[in-house]
Amino acid sequence: MGSLGEHIAVLGVGQTKYQSTRGDVSIAGLVREAALRALEDASCTWADIDAVVIGKAPDFFEGLMMPELFLADALGCVGKPILRVHTAGSVGGSTALVATSLIQGRIHQRVLTLGFEKQSESNATWALSLPQPFSVSINAGAGGYFSPIIRRYMARSGAPELIGCMVAYKDRQNALLNPYAHIHQPDLTFDQVVEAPMLWDPIRFSETCPSSDGACAMVLGDEAAGDAADGPVAWVHGTAMRSEANNFPGRDEVSPQASRDCAAEVFAKAGIVNPRSEIDVAEMYVPFSWYEPMWLESLGFAEKDKGWEMVEDGSTEIDGGDLPVNCSGGVLSSNPIGASGMIRFAEAALQVRGMAGEHQVDGAQKAFGHAYGGGAQYFAMWVVGASKP
Amino acid sequence: MREIAVVSSAIHQVEALTFKTDVQLMVSLINEARDAVDLVQADVGFTCSGSSDFLAGQGFSFVQTLDAVGASPPINESHVEMDGAFALYEAWVKLQIGEIDIALVYSYGKSSPGSRRDVLAVQLDPYTVAPLWPDAHAVAALQARLLIESGAVTAEELAAIAVRSQRNAVGNPNALRASADVTVADVLATAVVADPLRAADLAAEADGGCAMVLAAGDRARELCDRPVWIRGIDHRIDAHGLGVRDLVTAPSATLATIHAADRAGFGADSVDIAELHAASTAQAHILTVGIGLGHDVRIDPSGGSLAGDTLMAAGLMRMAEAARQVASGDADRALAHASSGPCLQQNLVCLLEGD
Repeated sequence: MGSLGEHIAVLGVGQTKYQSTRGDVSIAGLVREAALRALEDASCTWADIDAVVIGKAPDFFEGLMMPELFLADALGCVGKPILRVHTAGSVGGSTALVATSLIQGRIHQRVLTLGFEKQSESNATWALSLPQPFSVSINAGAGGYFSPIIRRYMARSGAPELIGCMVAYKDRQNALLNPYAHIHQPDLTFDQVVEAPMLWDPIRFSETCPSSDGACAMVLGDEAAGDAADGPVAWVHGTAMRSEANNFPGRDEVSPQASRDCAAEVFAKAGIVNPRSEIDVAEMYVPFSWYEPMWLESLGFAEKDKGWEMVEDGSTEIDGGDLPVNCSGGVLSSNPIGASGMIRFAEAALQVRGMAGEHQVDGAQKAFGHAYGGGAQYFAMWVVGASKP
Repeated sequence: MREIAVVSSAIHQVEALTFKTDVQLMVSLINEARDAVDLVQADVGFTCSGSSDFLAGQGFSFVQTLDAVGASPPINESHVEMDGAFALYEAWVKLQIGEIDIALVYSYGKSSPGSRRDVLAVQLDPYTVAPLWPDAHAVAALQARLLIESGAVTAEELAAIAVRSQRNAVGNPNALRASADVTVADVLATAVVADPLRAADLAAEADGGCAMVLAAGDRARELCDRPVWIRGIDHRIDAHGLGVRDLVTAPSATLATIHAADRAGFGADSVDIAELHAASTAQAHILTVGIGLGHDVRIDPSGGSLAGDTLMAAGLMRMAEAARQVASGDADRALAHASSGPCLQQNLVCLLEGD
């Protein structure tokens, strides 16, 4: 590996079912469900865990300030260290990377990391629309923010109008293969995706992510823990994070420099020269359908203005594509915001462990996990592999 | 462990930052910390910050504050929704890996626009406790009452802690509550705010921020005359429920001290000074005992958080104040402490040493 420090293995993954309202559990019950599943998958007990790193999006989403305090008991970390990360929508990915650094820096041997959101506890629209002094809210939501950027991409790339619908249809079909996915629409047709109401032109209702309750957890271990594991583990080959300012002259909002820099670093660390041919499967943060071709270009999987061709020719489909993208159904099918990034990282790990169930890509050796947040400002990425770097 | 040092810091703390935004505040503090060691953002390998959306009254509030750093070209950066002391911990971990040599840490809090003692109620169990809106002073008073009834301290001894803080704070431009001639009798003559705590027993609520530059090994020696080495740092958390803890102790502070001392090779009994992050005089007492500070340790030479308590930054300010004592040569070894949550639920201990 091109990076320093201890090798890291993903020993276990745990997810809850993602759905609109998990009224059957408290916030503590929700996170514990994912944590226990990750521990079981890793053949660990609470006693094996040295530290916990949790992440979630704004505290207003549940109305609970600094939830690591309330959740310390449920996450078994009384007497242990716990950190709480918040880096906007990329937080699930960043949280996994902070946990990774605790092992890489040889501070701990085994770390439990978890992202969650329980949007049903509060009201996300309220949480994102609190009036600020001396500023006017456009109250457009994330879709309103990103739709002009998507328009810009469409104009500059010359992509056909229905590329976004193709992505949405693919991800919703993939979701049917994932029992944890929120949106299961077995009878959905491509025409229904196209005919869905337009929310923020060019984003249709069918091309946007849902609001979900859910949690995703991983147990990470050092090299010795990875070597000692009975079952398959995923080895971390490279990690990277980047942030950039929201506004500055010349900012490329379609393909932010932070995204390109972050991808360059993570692939360099993983020793990957040609991402398209060397990565077997990718889990990318695509909350609006058009972000699949946009990120394919920004990340170096496709040439500039050519990402949409990969969608059109089926390259990103699980059946027959050479780079299946979001086999789990992606953010378009499940979006517990604080967990959404970690789900990408965890699904990448499940793929190289050969444990992705019905949405497994046969023989996946290297997988890419990706998250972004803010106004496409915050990026977190990792490459995991079936074998040790 | 890789040698990591505090090489510069900047602090600003006032009663209310009425006419300054978080970004304006942090532009000057971050520049001050970087300028002190002649660095620009391109020299910084990792940046980490701490703040709270609940104080800003806005989701993703820290996104704007990135403008104070100057994140163009893009930077390697992260954020914790915790006190800046925990951002310092994350930066220290990143420096341990060996990929980077310099880190920038900052945090800030502006609680004056709202009612902080009420806002803090939403940190509590959201199903059974927070709906009752117990305010932060009342929660601190429960702990102080238990402490007095345990026989560990008297109200006079708590007042003496308040007096120590106010006298030490004289000369500290960032202290809100300072007095050279205040006495225990003066404090005891004031009204009780939340029985048994008087106003002087409760940390003075402040707005402010803190920025700090960390550097590794020889890079730190190049940047300043006397790097303040982080010899040991650790943090731990206790159970959340007030009813399941023995509130007159802080087990996680004790545990964090033990683990920090393991790394440092020296403990709380051999430091010259200590800076404590306490919300009340009772907490300062609990920490002094729980951390195991010796009788000759000068506690809170800056006045501590009792003299000025900026939510989300008070812990990082303790690190900065302790580091300044070492950098100036007034101390060789120092202990800096940060806490989070009701009744000292979570604690971080950092052991610092000069060359």
